[in-house]
Amino acid sequence: MKPYIRQMPAGWWLKRPSYLLFMLRELSSVFVGGYVVLFLMMIRRLAQGPAEYEAFMAALRSPLAILFHVVALAFALLHTITWFNLTPKAMAVWRGEERLPPAMMIVPNYVGWVVVSGVIAWVVLGG
Amino acid sequence: MAKSNEPIWWSLFSAGGVVAAFLIPIHILLLGLAGPLGWLPQGALDYGRMADLVAHPIVRLYCFVLISLPLFHWAHRFRFTLADLGIHGIDMLLAVVCYGAAIVGTLIAAQVLWTF
Repeated sequence: MKPYIRQMPAGWWLKRPSYLLFMLRELSSVFVGGYVVLFLMMIRRLAQGPAEYEAFMAALRSPLAILFHVVALAFALLHTITWFNLTPKAMAVWRGEERLPPAMMIVPNYVGWVVVSGVIAWVVLGG
Repeated sequence: MAKSNEPIWWSLFSAGGVVAAFLIPIHILLLGLAGPLGWLPQGALDYGRMADLVAHPIVRLYCFVLISLPLFHWAHRFRFTLADLGIHGIDMLLAVVCYGAAIVGTLIAAQVLWTF
């Protein structure tokens, strides 16, 4: 069976702001994936010894590395916000006859996010 | 309906999305920006402290999850984004390359963390 594929102009996602936002959200996965590869490289350098680790950390101070992390953070936040805001759409929770209001499902995500981020910062910096 | 392994990839995508949403921003902020720009206390990310931290088994398990699941999240999204951009006819190749890369990354992470 050969599925019918509707031809789309290559730039269809530039036609509307909502399409562009969709494409940026999908693109966020590239930065998230790229970042975890970098994180893995950091752990590998850490395993190799102090000299290798210090050299890696010095490289992170280069303007290019800073620029990458600023862009990656922006995309990571876009992922976080779009992911949290999708929860009520992905999962409808009913309380008797009433559907749980979307905000009741979105807000706990943000609260949990702040708490988890605080715990990670505490473990890395002081724990 | 034909049997499909799609649910496995979708579950990994979804789990990776949750991990990325909750954990990645603070990691980028701490290790990629605050550390290199000198916003943290002196020596906060020094070799000795970080090596001790990662030596802990729970931290290593955490790092494994943090690296592996977002790779599968990327693989799934990237595969379908390329299709949305009009790349058709090589679906199988794309799936193998994307999920394959995530599997390779996961194996390297397992090896690095196991032998740490």
